[in-house]
Amino acid sequence: MELTLWTYEGPPHVGAMRIATSMEGVHYILHAPQGDTYADLLFTMIERRGKRPPVTYTTFQARDLGGDTAELVKHHIREAVERFKPKALLVGESCTAELIQDQPGSLASRMGLPMPTFSLELPAYSKKENWGASETFYQIVRGLLKNQKPEDSDFSSTKWKDEERNPKVNLLGPTLLGFRCRDDVLEIQKLLSEHGIDVNITAPLGASPSDVLELTKADLNICLYPEIAETTCTWLEKNFGIPFTQSIPIGVEGTKEFLKEVHEFLGMNEPNPKELEQKSRLTWYSQSVDSNYLTGKRVFIFGDGTHAIAAARVATEELGFEVVGLGTFSREMARQVRAAAKGLGLEAIITNDYLEVEKSIKETSPELVLGTQMERHSSKRLGIPCAVISTPIHVQDVPARYSPQMGWEGANVIFDDWVHPLMMGLEEHLIGMFRHDFEFIDGHQSHLGHLGGHQDKEELDELELNSGNENLAENIPIWTDEGKAELNKIPFFVRGKVRNNTEKYAKQAGCRKIDSETLYDAKSHFKA
Amino acid sequence: MGGETLLKETGPREVFCGLTSIVWLHRRMPDAFFLVVGSRTCAHLIQSAAGVMIFAEPRFGTAILEERDLAGLADAHEELDRVVKNLLERRPEIRTLFLVGSCPSEVIKLDLARVAQRLNTVLKGKVTVLNYSGSGIETTFTQGEDGALKALIPLMPSSDQKQLLLVGTLANPVEDRLINLFKRLGIENVSSFPPRQSTNLPSIGSGTKVLLTQPYLGDTARELIAKGAEILKAPFPLGVEGSTLWMKAAADAFNIKSLLFESTVQPLILRAKKALESQKEKLQGKRIFLLPESQLEIPLARFLSRECGMELIEVGTPYLNKGLMGSELDLLPKNVRIVEGQHVENQLDRVRGEQPDLVVCGMGLANPLEAEGISTKWSIELVFSPIHGIDQATDLAELFARPLNRHQLLNHKQLTPA
Repeated sequence: MELTLWTYEGPPHVGAMRIATSMEGVHYILHAPQGDTYADLLFTMIERRGKRPPVTYTTFQARDLGGDTAELVKHHIREAVERFKPKALLVGESCTAELIQDQPGSLASRMGLPMPTFSLELPAYSKKENWGASETFYQIVRGLLKNQKPEDSDFSSTKWKDEERNPKVNLLGPTLLGFRCRDDVLEIQKLLSEHGIDVNITAPLGASPSDVLELTKADLNICLYPEIAETTCTWLEKNFGIPFTQSIPIGVEGTKEFLKEVHEFLGMNEPNPKELEQKSRLTWYSQSVDSNYLTGKRVFIFGDGTHAIAAARVATEELGFEVVGLGTFSREMARQVRAAAKGLGLEAIITNDYLEVEKSIKETSPELVLGTQMERHSSKRLGIPCAVISTPIHVQDVPARYSPQMGWEGANVIFDDWVHPLMMGLEEHLIGMFRHDFEFIDGHQSHLGHLGGHQDKEELDELELNSGNENLAENIPIWTDEGKAELNKIPFFVRGKVRNNTEKYAKQAGCRKIDSETLYDAKSHFKA
Repeated sequence: MGGETLLKETGPREVFCGLTSIVWLHRRMPDAFFLVVGSRTCAHLIQSAAGVMIFAEPRFGTAILEERDLAGLADAHEELDRVVKNLLERRPEIRTLFLVGSCPSEVIKLDLARVAQRLNTVLKGKVTVLNYSGSGIETTFTQGEDGALKALIPLMPSSDQKQLLLVGTLANPVEDRLINLFKRLGIENVSSFPPRQSTNLPSIGSGTKVLLTQPYLGDTARELIAKGAEILKAPFPLGVEGSTLWMKAAADAFNIKSLLFESTVQPLILRAKKALESQKEKLQGKRIFLLPESQLEIPLARFLSRECGMELIEVGTPYLNKGLMGSELDLLPKNVRIVEGQHVENQLDRVRGEQPDLVVCGMGLANPLEAEGISTKWSIELVFSPIHGIDQATDLAELFARPLNRHQLLNHKQLTPA
């Protein structure tokens, strides 16, 4: 039993809903009580969908449990099939139905339904949303294609040359409620077409069951979101010989690497890397003198595995930040995130507990947090600038404007989305500086609200500086008034870090009191 | 009773389960913690219904059952003890802990009453542990509050003193206002249930006259009667008329002279009716369809029809308690179609067929209907907003007028769905 106050991922059947709702012509019969219908609002509210998810909930009640719930399932299947006439049917159960063991999948398979029917077994008590999405996508692809499996495959990714056509690839993994999938798909399509590569099928987003049957016509699979598509890509490789890409086209370097990999697989001449570098404004914007202040900015990263690893790379290699924390909620991606963190000299944070993440943010006192919606909330509480880079998302992460994360435009978006909050932080400091000018209008509120820059004496007390006598006994250094005043002069967004360092130094050095000199001593100690 | 048409419908539903009421209950009693014993789905439901807006450590959580908890119930009990112990160490300010049953815990027959009893012995009164079910196989949305209040009743001290007890969660300012009005009438001894502090429970006994503020408290009402209280018969305090009759029921029970009642209430009525006029203009003659969710549908329909001039096409309710709803049904226009239960697909077919001006529905259905050009009002907003009492009647009407105004402003008829 695990105490959860908030969860990064929903249950696995929500993952299945993401696949069903992303696709066309698929209907999902979910053996579940009425309360589980809440999941519809994820799509209609967060994604602002103007259509209901294609899900029929059997909505069994306590009084049904004594009777024939199996008959209830069959009744709902018949009704839904007649009403929605789906091209493929998914049948599964949520956590509660799993306990009553009606096995709706096998019930459905014995009903002689006219469309392909897939039974989903998604263990609700051990697995989570992304796993459920991945498994569902895999079941659909496998179910529809297993009979097409060739005796012996003569597959070649360069066959397009003999057939005198453009090479074509599948884009696999984008779903609803993913992070900016809608725009990533457009950006990657554009990117590939610039290099003469066609997109065969995009799935699951926008794909119908008949599209799935066409998957095997591609020369290469692009595994855009490994959390969702890696299992499917692996199966397609094993059974049809179609290889799949490993690199993720996020950031300029990521996109270059991705193009290189795609070109290699397809037997094409590699594009000139120097030319590619100029494709995104990120490269120049980051080099421009204005960006000097970005150097060494301390950044904390937490999200799904794919976005967290990519963010760490962009942060260090392309923006010159220092990554002070890296982690994921996704146990399936733990190995890769651990390796990425190790490369940066860090220990990865692998947890589903947002309070643990928040604690870690506090301890590392970063200047920028890149996280999920929950880290945005935590950062707001802590007064640290934050940009959202990963699911779970909220309504503002489905923007009206074109806003991909992948490809050249994605790199532009990343530059803006990450640097903007930092500039806002700087603005906070300036507001703090100017607030003693007589022209300053008091009561100015920035986007950070009361947590922002103008921390005066009162607010400094919230930092709980050790100034009381009770600390003397415990050998904890205390802040003198003069030391406090000096600390107060330091911009708020580095004040926490300076304070921690100074206290650490004072303890090491055996200082009992912290005055301005101690601050300077600590400063030179840590710079040395 | 009016000549309403009562229909029953079964089929797939689109409603929240009782766990959802934790979203407002934990705000009402800041010294209480709601621990759902359930699955990841339960945790995900509550955070989704609450809008993922967690700006402080929440006073609700889920003890998520895992495979080994299902394998042996004995272990599940031990595990739950451990989770509760950790939680209470972390949150020492908690005075009342509600163990909330869910669909999975009900199906595996995890006896939370026994767990609560055992924990109470261990905790020796430092924290009171209670239990109720918010499971979706037994409860819909607001019924969760009914269960939570029922669980608190055994802890209420007995007293036969004459008092007025307001039962059901109200927004704090509205509660203050209503109590103030009763004091003006000379009813001095007024308490609320649930209280603002879980440990500060009002007394109950033969002198207690109960006014229900919310229509979904059938089980609670029954228990209060068993404790000797009298439930005053009245419509619910929504709108000018409902709120006036509701207050009148108390005034009569406390033998308040009608002259005093009239002189206290009439100025409020006049003011509210005048203010209501501008909203009524917008709502008059408009056709409304209420989908079932909160059990507030019937009182709302009564207000919208009688005071705002709206035409009722269909009034859905997840559950109809004819006893508690009697005074409301009496006031509804003749032959109104009232549907208990739901077949969401058939109901949406009727919505499309009728093309109403406004549909009251849950968040899962709102945007899909808007995309079809039908204006909607979220039912969950009605549970969170201060809408009770004579003074709030205009605000309540405005909640329904707003989507119609917007519809008119944007003048859209059919948007292409995303």
